[in-house]
Amino acid sequence: MLNTIATVILLLMGLSLIYVLYLTIKGRPVERRIVFLYIGFGVMLPLLMKMTPPLPITSDVQRLYDHIITLPPGSKVLCAFDYDPPSAPELHPMAVAFVKYAFKHNLKLIIMGLWPQGPQQANMAIAAALEDPAVALFPHEQGVDWVNLGFQSGNEFVILSMGSEFKRMFPRDTRLIPYDSIALLKNVVNFSNIDFIMNFGAGYPGTKEWVQIGVDRFKAKLGAGNTAVQATEVYPYLSSGQIVGLLGGMSGAAEFEKVLGEKGKATTFLLAQMFGHATVMAFVIIGNVAFLVLGRKKKDAAGNN
Amino acid sequence: METVGIWCGAILTLAIFSFLYKDNPVYKACEAIFIGVSAGYYAIVYFFDSIYKKFWLGAVTADQPEEWLFGGAILGVLFLTRLFPKISWVARWPLAFIVGATAGLYMVNYFVTNAMNQVASTITDVIARGDAGDINWIQSFGTLVILVGVITGLMYFFFSKEHKGAFGGGAKVGIWFLMVTFGASFGYTVMSRMSLLIGRMDFLLGDWLGLIN
Repeated sequence: MLNTIATVILLLMGLSLIYVLYLTIKGRPVERRIVFLYIGFGVMLPLLMKMTPPLPITSDVQRLYDHIITLPPGSKVLCAFDYDPPSAPELHPMAVAFVKYAFKHNLKLIIMGLWPQGPQQANMAIAAALEDPAVALFPHEQGVDWVNLGFQSGNEFVILSMGSEFKRMFPRDTRLIPYDSIALLKNVVNFSNIDFIMNFGAGYPGTKEWVQIGVDRFKAKLGAGNTAVQATEVYPYLSSGQIVGLLGGMSGAAEFEKVLGEKGKATTFLLAQMFGHATVMAFVIIGNVAFLVLGRKKKDAAGNN
Repeated sequence: METVGIWCGAILTLAIFSFLYKDNPVYKACEAIFIGVSAGYYAIVYFFDSIYKKFWLGAVTADQPEEWLFGGAILGVLFLTRLFPKISWVARWPLAFIVGATAGLYMVNYFVTNAMNQVASTITDVIARGDAGDINWIQSFGTLVILVGVITGLMYFFFSKEHKGAFGGGAKVGIWFLMVTFGASFGYTVMSRMSLLIGRMDFLLGDWLGLIN
């Protein structure tokens, strides 16, 4: 029912844009609040629809997938959650998909954060992953299958110090259990005992710092999930081979869900983003057409005078 | 309790959206709440994770205390001297330590990561070949575009020679490469901002109104 209503309203909105174009050409442009309203509905209504957008898998995401499937069961994966709630719409879906994959394939997750809210986001991602009954069947005991070391201030210096000893930066996990008493962390001293690092980053400190120190200095293998804003800065590291793969923004998250076979929120969000972009593009076109037509009219009027 | 939290979140979200109509006192109040709550959250997290979990449990109450943590604690306390005008100059010492350490770290790491490794990845064979030795035309084209982009981009930023003739033409091509880069960056930024709105809409329609799963 909601699906049908949303589809009909979106169609009507699309048709009404022709009227907006007509008004704009006539020299009566709609005010900015109307534009906001269009964007708002353009983003909101697709969330109610059941449609799945077509989504080819890009090489950036495929490369990350190709790498993580080579990790044997029992591999230790350092998962750095370097983001906060405002970046969650893009990064949380990819984090949930990754955690699901890790539990299903018995990858041991060592979670940490260079952002104060990161470890909290990690707990939410784990809770969301375990809501899936298919994931909850697999072992997921805290301290054995995963551990949350919490946040540590110091930005890139934390990574640098972890290069010699993790325990120096994270003497206890978030439950205040000493590092040496955690079963998962036995024999984990520094990056040389880590099979893979997955960073979900929204800015500084984030992927760039992990590449500079974790990869180039300590030769760790790094995969990255970034917000779209951040992705353009990280792409050069992908082409140079400094990171094994990249999930860029919402589309990266949706592709990752698809390649893992997990239907998560990013796939639904991507549809909303597509309609949102279409609305923005429609207004860009309306604005430009009106500019050209009105410009020509003004020129004609000046010529007649 | 969770219901109260969701309702608070929904009301605050709608109050922030009210700015789109026009600036109003409700928006201002929510803005102040957001800043206050964020500052409070940061203070608690820093206190718990750094001062209590790392310093207090690691250096003060531990059986084998790590004395080196006192050095960091003293530097941290020295920052507070800014609050006392007569000795505020002391705060420059920890600041100097941070600036010096950061500069030292970046001098090598930043250069290696963003200069040497990036240059090395640019210097590849223009003609890329597949595993069977056949020419990979798509990859070769990509390498050629990178080569032209790097050279013409550098030409644009070379100001010791007037941008005229063939050199000026190359610089113009460089501008086009820069514009395409900025355009892509802007497009990604729009995509990210749209995601923020989607996240809030999902919260309102899903968590609050229960219309979507």
